[in-house]
Parts: sequence; structure tokens; C-alpha cells
Amino acid sequence: MTRHTLSVLVEDKPGVLARVAGLFSRRGFNIESLAVGRTEYPDISRMTIVVSVDELPLEQVTKQLNKLINVIKIVELEPTASVQRQLVLIKVRADATVRSQVLETVQLFRAKVVDVSPEAVTIEATGTSEKLDALLRMLEPYGLREIVQSGMVAIGRGARSITATAVR
Amino acid sequence: MTSAPSRQASEPSSPRPGPRPKPAPPTGAPIRVTGAQSLVRSLEAVGCEVVFGIPGGTILPAYDPLLDSTKVRHILVRHEQGAGHAATGYAQATGKVGVCMATSGPGATNLVTPLADANMDSVPVVAITGQQSRPLIGTDAFQEADICGITMPITKHNVLVTDAAEIPRAIAEAFHIAATGRPGPVLVDIPKDVLQETTSFSWPPELRLPGYRPTTRPHGKQVREAAKLIVSARKPVLYVGGGVIKADAHAELLRLAEDTGIPVVTTLMARGAFPDSHQQHLGMPGMHGTVAAVAAMQKSDLLIALGARFDDRVTGQLGSFAPDAQIIHADIDPAEISKNRRADVPIVGDCKEIITELIDAVRTERETAKAVDLAPWWETLNSIRETFPLGYDWPEDGTLSPQYVIERIGQLSPADTIYTAGVGQHQMWAAQFVKYEHPRTWINSGGLGTMGFAVPAAMGIKAGEPDRTVWAIDGDGCFQMTNQELATCAIEGLPVKIAVINNGNLGMVRQWQTLFYGERYSNTDLGTHKHRIPDFKLLSEALGCVGLRAESREEVDEVIAKALEINDRPVVVDFVVGKDAQVWPMVAAGTGNSEIMAARGIRPLFDEDL
Repeated sequence: MTRHTLSVLVEDKPGVLARVAGLFSRRGFNIESLAVGRTEYPDISRMTIVVSVDELPLEQVTKQLNKLINVIKIVELEPTASVQRQLVLIKVRADATVRSQVLETVQLFRAKVVDVSPEAVTIEATGTSEKLDALLRMLEPYGLREIVQSGMVAIGRGARSITATAVR
Repeated sequence: MTSAPSRQASEPSSPRPGPRPKPAPPTGAPIRVTGAQSLVRSLEAVGCEVVFGIPGGTILPAYDPLLDSTKVRHILVRHEQGAGHAATGYAQATGKVGVCMATSGPGATNLVTPLADANMDSVPVVAITGQQSRPLIGTDAFQEADICGITMPITKHNVLVTDAAEIPRAIAEAFHIAATGRPGPVLVDIPKDVLQETTSFSWPPELRLPGYRPTTRPHGKQVREAAKLIVSARKPVLYVGGGVIKADAHAELLRLAEDTGIPVVTTLMARGAFPDSHQQHLGMPGMHGTVAAVAAMQKSDLLIALGARFDDRVTGQLGSFAPDAQIIHADIDPAEISKNRRADVPIVGDCKEIITELIDAVRTERETAKAVDLAPWWETLNSIRETFPLGYDWPEDGTLSPQYVIERIGQLSPADTIYTAGVGQHQMWAAQFVKYEHPRTWINSGGLGTMGFAVPAAMGIKAGEPDRTVWAIDGDGCFQMTNQELATCAIEGLPVKIAVINNGNLGMVRQWQTLFYGERYSNTDLGTHKHRIPDFKLLSEALGCVGLRAESREEVDEVIAKALEINDRPVVVDFVVGKDAQVWPMVAAGTGNSEIMAARGIRPLFDEDL
């Protein structure tokens, strides 16, 4: 099984997320990550869905997704031809004795501290899921108190826009 | 002052409180109406002739203007499931969109089975449901059910209308989506306060469906690829599915088949797409298909699938299905192609257009390619066909043969008769032993396998085709699920004919218990024989029908003739038949098609013979 990133343009209507999520579960596909947000067009939303499936089931997923009336367009984004980002907020135990070491790790990963207290710091980091996993591994020895992670968002490299061709 | 009861009894034209403008023919300019009036005008404008339904609290506003409509006939059913199957029967018989209506909550949930049924069999149906008023949605109000959420996986699309101004568009889009592309059911849920709101109506509305663009024109290159395979195949088979009937492509299919001389099999959903009397027709494939049809597919080197979906009941164990065949798969739904069996040549499009282009492409291809002689292939197939014809034995205990009854109904009824069936043994026999010559003369529940489909479907068929004979071949189990709609048929003037193939048992389940569960008959005896409960003759008479009964071979023709003579009310014939008749041939569930049994213990073994 390989990971695939799908960008799905949908009409911004009530229940669209339920339709898409329902389709995945009903056909037996597991969503690894999901992010939904606005686009440059007010009536179109964009979902970025990461799934782990083989090539043939993936074709079936996209065909079934395309059958949903509210789905306008589906594009698979290859990791090499796209920019893929996730955001994570991490609350790490960091008292005065280890704080400088924690901050060094933060710098190495070009992350930043967004909140600080005598016992802990909260770190904001963005990147690919691989980079964020590495950061979490580095911080784990200090004690991870709380993690919250967004779904992956992705955009194709170059000048072309998938939304521009979808609304034509 | 008129009291409520006396008002019910008074003339329908008696004045009612409040203004109620008559629906006028639609014009381009917007007019002020209520949401309910807008709904009824939209139904009129979109060409809806019949609505099957039952009123209730939240849909009540819509029923008021419906009373005045001269274009839309409402048929008051006894159960919403009946409304849904009737809409399906109507749609399958006429090719138009079938419409059903129900109130919120239980009314809407009773539509779930027929919607799932229509979804599996790709039938264009529009369901209109009332919903609790907007401020009450999500509060667990009386008769509230999230019917859009519930029917999401079993409809082609559904929509909750939250603004009365959107009603014409919602209806126009629902009919458009239901009828185009791969047809299917669409549900439109309208809150009560939206129906009561004042709004403006204008027609036609602009459709806004940016994500809905079904492909109907096939790709020329794919058609040429297919034609190349067709002219070079030695053992080709035309595997015809229900899509050919939905696309009205039977005439084109006949031409393609006769041009090429290729054998044809028609699936359960496609019975009638190709004449049974045609020499090139090998019959139905699948679990209870003919040995010839199943063998042809197994031995084939090229399957030309037209509007078919490689259903498990056709393929048997997928891994051993048609092992040597290349696949041309033509379907309007791209998701069906390569879903179960990988296609070598996929063609997405409308079957009528695809077959039309295929005919030309094959002719062009023939000009250069040397024609393959199909005579050896036909020799093989004819020998199988002659060795293993469809047939049945009379029960040894002297009881009436159910196959004989069904065969005689088919032989004695007019040529343009439309048949429907429930689900089970009687359905398979009706598919096998009635000979179908025309499309839309066999209407059944193929995909979902809905017991109880026959009576309400027959009602819908008769509403759509009032001048034709409509026979429902039903089982005694199925009949007891939905026979209340006979009251509707009797009152609404829909003289359908029901043949209850009464073997006193859930026959198909019993057959499996005989074959696979060591003859342990757990809960399949309905007692209809033992206790004659219910007495189908008396029950039918109580429901306003003529009740007849036949228990011996001699009586069969006589009661069929009598049933065919009665056209002023529904007729039910209780055919009391033996309980041990079985459906053959059979491919047991989970086995490969080469394991087909022509009859119990008789395996054609065509691997060795050929």
C-alpha cells in the first residue's frame, strides 16, 4: 500500500463532508488525514485527503468520489510535484534545567515557541509529516504533554492552478 | 358553521377557508405562490404525471395544492414502501421518472427499502419527503428523521431544501440527476415551513450542477479498439445488462448481434433486451442461468459487456470467471469499469451511442480484416444448448409444478404483457420460463433482491401502462409483505393480475436448506399450506380483488383464462404448488461458474466435453 494525496474540489454545501467521509468508510477505505478549507472561489471548498491504498483501489475511490454530485474535481498530487504541509502544536515539559535544550531543537527544525510557562513551552511547527515526526521524536525525551495536529494541505508546484480549470 | 366530519363528506368543490389560487400553466415570469404551490407547479412543469404517496404532518401543505392539480394524479397507497416500489415499476415500464411522496420521520424511513432497491437497479425515481420546520431540525422533534443522512449511501443524490425560492431548481435538478447518466433515485427533503413560506415561482430554473457531467459520447479510439477485438475473436459473447434497456438500445443491439453473428446472453436485469426467440440468444447467465449462457462466458475469448456490471450473481467466484476472455466493458458509469473484472478495452458512454458507433466501426474493420469463422464456436454452443435445455420435472408427489404455472401464464397472456416478480424461486422461474421478446416487459428487483417488490411494482406499472396486461408473479412469502397495496389497486382502478406461486414456504431459502443445510428446515414453513392461513382467495376478495385458486394441472389454463378476462378489478390467483420444486441450473454461492449444476447431481463437466 502506498500513500496518496488527493485534492478534492467540492461545492461548499451542507453535508458534503459527510458524503465524502461516508463514501470512504462505506467502501472500506481509511482516511489518514483530512483537511477542509476555502479556496479563492467563495462557493468552492477544497479537501486534501491522504489515503493509504494500492493503485487499483485508488482508482475506484476517485471514480466513486467523482460520482458524488457535489464533487467538482479530483487531482492526485505527487509528493515530488507538490508542496505538502501539516501544522502541529506541541506542549513540551520544559523547566529551567532543560529549556535551552528544547529551544535548540526548536531552532534546528525552524519551529517556533508560541507560549511559555515555568514548566512547559508550546511549540508551533509546520512541514511534511516526516519532518514533524522527526521533531516529535526529538522532543519526546523531555515529556510531551499535549499534541494537536492539523490535516495535511497540499498544492501543486508551478504556475498552474487546479481550481482555475475546474470553474471554467 | 360546518363541522369537521360533515365537511369531509361534502363536495370537494365546497369553499374552504383562505385563498387558494389555482395552479396556472407555468410561464416565464415569476408569480407569488407558497412553497407548496411552487412544488406542485414544478412537478407539473417537469412533466410528472403520477405521484404515489401518503400525506402526513409535515408534507400536508404540499397535498393541498395537489388536490387542484389537473396534470398530476396522486395515488394514495397503503404503505410508503408501496409508493417507492410503485414509482420504480412505473419508471421501469415507461422510461420516465417515477415519483413518490411521504411525510417526515416514519413516512420517509419507510422509503428506505425502495430507494435502496432503485439505487441498486439504477432506476430514475424522485422521492419528495416532508421535513420538520427549520427551527425544529436537530431537536428530535415529533416525526423528525435525518432522511438525507439516512439515504445518503442509497441514493444517487439527495438535498434538503432550506429556502422556498430554491424549490423549482431542486425539483428540476432532482429529475435531471435521476434520469441522466446512470439513472438512480434522488430524494428531495422539504421542511414544512419552507412549504408554507411565500415565494416566487418561475420556470424553467437554471440548473447549477458544476460537479455533474455524465459522459455519453464514447471515445472513438476505444470504439475502434473494441471493433478490432470483435472481428478477431474466435469465441466472442455479447454480455448484455440492464443498461441496454435503460439506454433504449435494443434495436441497435439486435443489429450489432446480427451483423456479427455473436452469441448473446441477457442478465436478469436485461431480460427482454434481446428477443428470447432469436437463434443467437443463449439465455440468462449467472447463478440460475442456462448452462449454455454460463458455458459460453466461461469458454469465451472475448466478453463484450454492454451496460452490465459483472455482478457476483453473474460471475460466480470472480477468480475463475471467464478465465480466457479479454474484456470490452461499455458502461455509462466509469466506476463500474474494472471494478470487479479488469477491462482490456474500457468504453464510457451511453449504450445506444456506443453500440451505434460499434456497428460502424466493426463494418469498417471488416473491410480490411479477414473474417473469423464463428461456426466452430456455434457448434460448441449449440451442442451444449441441445444437451442442457432449460426444463423441469413434475413433482413426484403429484403436486402442481410451479414452473408449469409460470410457463403457461407466459404462453397464454398477450404478447405485450408486462411481468414483474418478487424475489426468490418464483422470480428465477419467471425469468427462465416466461419468454421475453421486448424490452421493459420484465421488471424485477435484481440488485437488492427485495421481497415484496411485485405487488406495488405491478401497481406502478399499471399506472404507467394502463392498456397493457400486467402480471405479478409473486411468492406466498413475498405476497404477505406488501399485499395491502391491492386495496390501492382496487380503489384506484389499477386492475393488475397477481399469480401467487404458493408453495407454503420461503422457497429459495428452503432450497438452500435442502442443498446446503442437510434438509434442516429452520423457519421456512409459512404454514400457508398446513393451515391455509391466510386464505389468499378470501384475503384478495377482502381487498377488493377477484380471488381464484388452482391446485391441479387441469385448473391452470382455466384460471389463467379467467384472470385474463377480468379487467375491471385486480385478480389474484392462488396457485397451490409443491414445496420441493427447485431452481435449476445452479451455481452454488462461492463456487466458480464451471461448477454449474444442470440439475441436482448433474454437472455438465464442459471442461472435459469440449
